[in-house]
Amino acid sequence: MQWETVIGLEIHTQLATQSKIFSGAATRFGAAPNTQACAIDLGLPGVLPVLNQEAVRLAVRFGKAIGATIAPRSVFARKNYFYPDLPKGYQISQYELPIVGEGWVEIVLDDGTLKSVGVTRAHLEEDAGKSLHDASLRGGGYTGIDLNRAGTPLLEIVSEPDLRSAQEAVAYARKIHQLVRWIGISDGNMQEGSFRVDANVSVRPLGQTTFGTRAEIKNINSFRFLERAIQFEVERQIDVLESGGTVVQETRLYDAERDETRSMRSKEEANDYRYFPDPDLLPVELDVAFIVDAVADLPELPDSLRERFHVQYGLTEYDASQLSMTRELAQYFEAVAQASGEPKLAANWVSGELSAALNRSELEITESPVSAAMLAGLIHRIQDGTISGKLAKQVFEAMWHGEGDADSIIMDRGLRQITDSSALEAIIDGIITANPEQVEQYRAGKEKVLGFFVGQTMKASQGKANPQEVNRLLLEKLAPR
Amino acid sequence: MQNKSIAQMAAELRLRTYSSVELTQHYLERIARLDPRLNSFISVARESALAAAARADQAIARGVAGPLAGIPIAHKDIFCTKGLKTSCGSRMLDNFVAPYDATVVERLAAAGAIVLGKTNMDEFAMGSSNETSFYGPVKNPWDAARVPGGSSGGSAAAVAARLCAAATGTDTGGSIRQPAALCGITGLKPTYGRCSRWGMIAFASSLDQAGVLARSAADAACLLDEMAGFDPRDSTSADVEVPDYVDALDDEIAGLRIGLPKEYFGAGLDDRVAASVQDAIKEYERLGATVQEISLPNSPLSVPVYYVVAPAECSSNLARFDGVRYGHRCAEPRDLEDLYQRSRAEGFGTEVQRRIMIGTYVLSAGYYDAYYLKAQRIRQLIAGDFARAFEQVDVIMGPTTPTTAFPLGAKTDDPVAMYLNDIYTIATNLAGLPGISIPIAPVAGLPVGLQIIGNAFQEARLLNVAHRYQHVTHWHQQAPTGFE
Amino acid sequence: MSLDASDVEKIAHLARLAIAPEAVEHYAEDLSRILDLVAQMDAVETKGVEPMAHPLHMSQRLRADRVTEQDQRELFQENAPLTEDGLYLVPKVID
Ligand SMILES: [Mg+2]
Ligand SMILES: [Zn+2]
Repeated sequence: MQWETVIGLEIHTQLATQSKIFSGAATRFGAAPNTQACAIDLGLPGVLPVLNQEAVRLAVRFGKAIGATIAPRSVFARKNYFYPDLPKGYQISQYELPIVGEGWVEIVLDDGTLKSVGVTRAHLEEDAGKSLHDASLRGGGYTGIDLNRAGTPLLEIVSEPDLRSAQEAVAYARKIHQLVRWIGISDGNMQEGSFRVDANVSVRPLGQTTFGTRAEIKNINSFRFLERAIQFEVERQIDVLESGGTVVQETRLYDAERDETRSMRSKEEANDYRYFPDPDLLPVELDVAFIVDAVADLPELPDSLRERFHVQYGLTEYDASQLSMTRELAQYFEAVAQASGEPKLAANWVSGELSAALNRSELEITESPVSAAMLAGLIHRIQDGTISGKLAKQVFEAMWHGEGDADSIIMDRGLRQITDSSALEAIIDGIITANPEQVEQYRAGKEKVLGFFVGQTMKASQGKANPQEVNRLLLEKLAPR
Repeated sequence: MQNKSIAQMAAELRLRTYSSVELTQHYLERIARLDPRLNSFISVARESALAAAARADQAIARGVAGPLAGIPIAHKDIFCTKGLKTSCGSRMLDNFVAPYDATVVERLAAAGAIVLGKTNMDEFAMGSSNETSFYGPVKNPWDAARVPGGSSGGSAAAVAARLCAAATGTDTGGSIRQPAALCGITGLKPTYGRCSRWGMIAFASSLDQAGVLARSAADAACLLDEMAGFDPRDSTSADVEVPDYVDALDDEIAGLRIGLPKEYFGAGLDDRVAASVQDAIKEYERLGATVQEISLPNSPLSVPVYYVVAPAECSSNLARFDGVRYGHRCAEPRDLEDLYQRSRAEGFGTEVQRRIMIGTYVLSAGYYDAYYLKAQRIRQLIAGDFARAFEQVDVIMGPTTPTTAFPLGAKTDDPVAMYLNDIYTIATNLAGLPGISIPIAPVAGLPVGLQIIGNAFQEARLLNVAHRYQHVTHWHQQAPTGFE
Repeated sequence: MSLDASDVEKIAHLARLAIAPEAVEHYAEDLSRILDLVAQMDAVETKGVEPMAHPLHMSQRLRADRVTEQDQRELFQENAPLTEDGLYLVPKVID
């Protein structure tokens, strides 16, 4: 039987606020356990939540970025369950009336086609704390609870079940990841847990319109794991169905070491969250001014920018999407393209030499020792024939190591191309005189020998000879008399 | 000394007729001598009270004293008090020392009030007789065999017995007004949002409101002046201007339109209590008020609605008591589940567990609509009844409770009978309105309360209406035998 | 509406309350009586009535995004039954 995979993702992204969503405690990563958990985060008796305006503002930005409606009135609800990292015994989340309604994003599939993926909703909620299963605590048998993370603002972004493969799911997750960083609402740091993915996965016979029973794989924190987890889960479900079994609706965990998903029965039992509106928090009502203000400085979004790069600069779709991966990269590219007036060369250099160097040094584009203006300067010198492409790589290296801009490096190292014909002629004449045998061979019709002369000339000029000029002069001088 | 009004005490403290240390010692001595008969205090803060009194005396001497400087009061043990045990009447918090002050506590301290101690209460404010307290029942000072009412029963008994000048309380379904009525004192439940809930241990967040138990409306006004007002730490605190309650006490009440809801005078109301209430209303007519019958047709449903809404919220509010970060933790838990289940079963008493279970049930899958949502819809109707009534009248009057104080143990086996005690007080909480209970002519030597309900943020009017009655009557000055 | 022993056990588990077996029956009776009281609501027509979740008809006030809380771990953990290395301890949790 042919099976179709159906995937929907729930992505939790940490919002880039200074303080927590309902308290004035800091959100900084890496503090000593429980030193960033205030009375509210700890759920002490008598404490009350007060909503952080910045969290609301960032959620609104996201909503606008995916073309969603912003709810003029949204409501916080309590999701009740007992777990040691959940200090109040409930999580403050949004249930019936989320702040961000339906929207969509576009992903690029492997074959280059575009696919629109629906976003059902996005809602604000607080994060839970962390359980540390450290065997050494009190000599073993205990789990330690660190509530520093409790109350950290999250935006939970829920997709429609529109994704049809692990690859599509990854493309969508990457897209959301790109977007939240692009609009500055999250640092998207996956190692620190600022961007976590839950995948709802089911399979159904191809052509069937109703959904199969789904399993939810929780808390995946890398795109690679997301792909592997879904692939494993799809195969597992198909195996179950093909051997006559039924898929159980449950929560599963992806084990990266064993590359498998497994059931989390302990969390599964009695999943009755008893949602109800949080009586400590009144409905959030946003007026137009707040929304306008929140999105006033929203940058051009990646889809529009990608398209513009393609049209305006004549880049391939591929290059355009590579260069619009992050806002900073796109800004850098555009600065180089505009300053140099050579968008294609700029694209080659940014995604070629520069990206490779950044990767090697593990630097972000914003930390590049070669500024956009410097790179544009280099491109100018390639363009006007001052240096060859090959020498340009040397110049780039030197710029990377802080030796100055392209012009000063070319000057200091005497890298300027020799385009002056009389100087070149003298070199070439010397070489012809010194190699009569090869001259004979060439003139006898062995044209390959031309390469020998080119090489000798370049060597003698220490690479500075203009290759076109060398060719032209050699052809002229070696021509049979 | 203990029969003087707060205004009088404040004036005499300023005149150095006596010092706050002397006044505080006087009350501490009364507590030590008399409270064993009542059990109205869970903890007495002798040291800190005397230290605060000494500071108050200095502030008075330097002329920088707050309005309540040197006045000894008590807090219901539901309010967090930094460095003092805050038990909420529960074994669960028997070992809990609050790391911060409730806003109400902070504001009264800033006004110079002295905290004598923390008063007994029904566990987590769940009860109408003070019999659910982990620290044992409070006795009614008018008759030690009877209940003082609840849940602010300790505060009511302590004020009635003159063991403190006034006390704070909280009212979720009648928990200030009902014990005030049964103990013969004045109890004010302000509008929802009038006083901050920060640091007040939550029972039912959409109903809980802090208020005052005092010997008179004038005394209550003195405290409310300091307690009321917006608090940025409480999202449900109202950013509404606070008038001067003391200033408004003597306002004219001639022409006051009083509404008597016919539903508050029907079956279940003790005839003698009804007669006392009618007498009080006649007094108001003599003061120039007009009286008309009104109807609050949905008010009989307030008890059923309340026993959905309040338990639902409490089941969630009390989930934080899990033996992990504070509070009671069972010995030798086998595993996490065992830790939760035994810590909570051991830490909470029967009534609290009943309400948690009811609340859990009405919110659970399949029952939410039929119970919780249904209750909220009727809550809307109840609030609508009041809104319509206040188009015709200025205040609503009726009995605070259907009967006088009942004997200890009379209703402990029947939760529903106990709940019906709050039949006249609950609707105001559902609608978020202010209400006050003042003592009127007693029945068979037991106090009776007149309840006056106002529109939202009309506390000044309620205190004024109560004060004008107390101006011409003496019921509020009666003290229980042995506590004069 | 009447609840039986198994209902009570289910609810008690959701609420994480260890109810002694001999008390289950008693709770079932009490809770059933309370639900009978609550059942009076059924008599009221509430079609089209907006549920009232809160008595305050106001909207949520928003707080400026500022760090106002400093570390008070030591003070807070004075109330904690069991801690080590700044962590609250619970019996081992198995995911
Ligand atoms: Mg989710
Ligand atoms: Zn979530």
